[in-house]
Amino acid sequence: MSRQEIKSEITGTVWKILTQPGQDVAEGDTLMILESMKMEIPVIVEDGGVVSQITVAEGEAIQEGQVVAIVET
Amino acid sequence: MFESILIANRGAVAARIVRACKALGVRSICIYSEADAASPFLKDADEAHEIGPGPAPQSYLDQEKVLALAERVGARAIHPGYGFLSENADFAEKVIARGLAFVGPAPRFIRAMGHKTRARDLAAEHGLPVAPGTQLVSESLDDLLAAARSIGYPLMVKPAGGGGGIGMLPVHDESQLAAAVERSRSMAQRGFANAEIYLEKLMRTPRHIEFQVVGDRAGNVRHVFERDCSAQRRNQKIIEEAVAPGVPRAVIEALGEKIATVLTEIGYDNIGTVEMLMDADGTFSFLEMNTRLQVEHGVTEEVTGIDLVVSQIRLAAGEPIDAVLPVPPQVSGHAVQARVYAEDPKRFLPSPGTLQVFRPPSGVRVETGYGEGCKISTFYDPLVAKVIAHGATREEATARLSAALDGFVIEGVKTNIPALQSILRSQAFRDGLVHTGLVAEVMAA
Repeated sequence: MSRQEIKSEITGTVWKILTQPGQDVAEGDTLMILESMKMEIPVIVEDGGVVSQITVAEGEAIQEGQVVAIVET
Repeated sequence: MFESILIANRGAVAARIVRACKALGVRSICIYSEADAASPFLKDADEAHEIGPGPAPQSYLDQEKVLALAERVGARAIHPGYGFLSENADFAEKVIARGLAFVGPAPRFIRAMGHKTRARDLAAEHGLPVAPGTQLVSESLDDLLAAARSIGYPLMVKPAGGGGGIGMLPVHDESQLAAAVERSRSMAQRGFANAEIYLEKLMRTPRHIEFQVVGDRAGNVRHVFERDCSAQRRNQKIIEEAVAPGVPRAVIEALGEKIATVLTEIGYDNIGTVEMLMDADGTFSFLEMNTRLQVEHGVTEEVTGIDLVVSQIRLAAGEPIDAVLPVPPQVSGHAVQARVYAEDPKRFLPSPGTLQVFRPPSGVRVETGYGEGCKISTFYDPLVAKVIAHGATREEATARLSAALDGFVIEGVKTNIPALQSILRSQAFRDGLVHTGLVAEVMAA
């Protein structure tokens, strides 16, 4: 098992969280959708595993590089 | 002429309308959100009033706030610019109901053209070619599959209430259809509060060619030629030019005349743009009509010498078309515009931040609402500036634009300038072989 920090690629806000802690996710799944400058940017799982933590809430402002979730792979 | 105009917008278009007001001797009244308080052009306006916090629903999109302010400051007209409330028929009706003029067409035209399947029907009724497509599709999977089969794959799922490329999703075969429809509905519901969708035949490598039209309050409409806006990423334009390269002028003239005739029949009564797709075999089909000023209006102004914003205001104030356009419009040279966005040049991800250095190039036209030290916030679209170059030929205009972009110094945010340069310098663009897939091809190379 390795702990994978999922980071936001953008500065913006969290629009919609589509997964929850404990959930199995596969490569390519969308963890959440972020929003910035009228664009929706999905946060995609790169290596499948289990979501151990969602570190942000819907509506929260986030910075580029900020950890938004942790996935155990 | 109106004594005053309230500009219900921000950024580059608000700055542009302030200039038009000055040219006409009209009192310009700007509104701004807390996030835009430092916009330099606000100082050029006769008045500027804060309207609310950064998020657009609490400021630029808050109709009651805008209307209440307009009444309080004694504005005689409201110019909506583009985006925000510009294609909101309810808002236009409220403006008129309160005794102010709306600088745009009558609300019924905004409503008719704002609904994409109704607009397609209207165009077809008046004899304009329309791409194969369906009416609104129901929630039933069987109906959906049948509708898709009736036009064939590949196809595009499109929101009926939308615009700006939002919620438009390509579908290449039946297995992708249901998921694309669900996603499009969700994006449409969120973006336009209308989950209605329809299907349209997807052309492989079409060109996006649009006609600028100008109409007076009596419904006399003329066209002012075309723009080619085929260079797009995610269905959004990034490079636009006038005129369209490589299309015979006789074809353009005939289609432009046809469009002007149709709109005269309908009685369209202000400026607007009819967007067409041109297939690889040269066939045109109606895409949609935008009932407002376009982001890319500047390239038309550069080749015709017509000030479209001044014309729009004069027409909205009731001047006849013969007074506003006394001589038949003519094309002189070529103009190309690039949209400089605050975004990563490779993946086109948003890049908000502060413009620590901002030095626009000289010798070309630059439209912007920003200045050095301004913050590009996450609340609004990523447009930083439009750079427009004119030349005697397309080659000259493109070379000037490219040189200008090289000299545009922006620090503090990432911009798409490297991507714009790759496109402008690509062989396909230089050869005039533009189509809506060109940007993706150049970026993948």
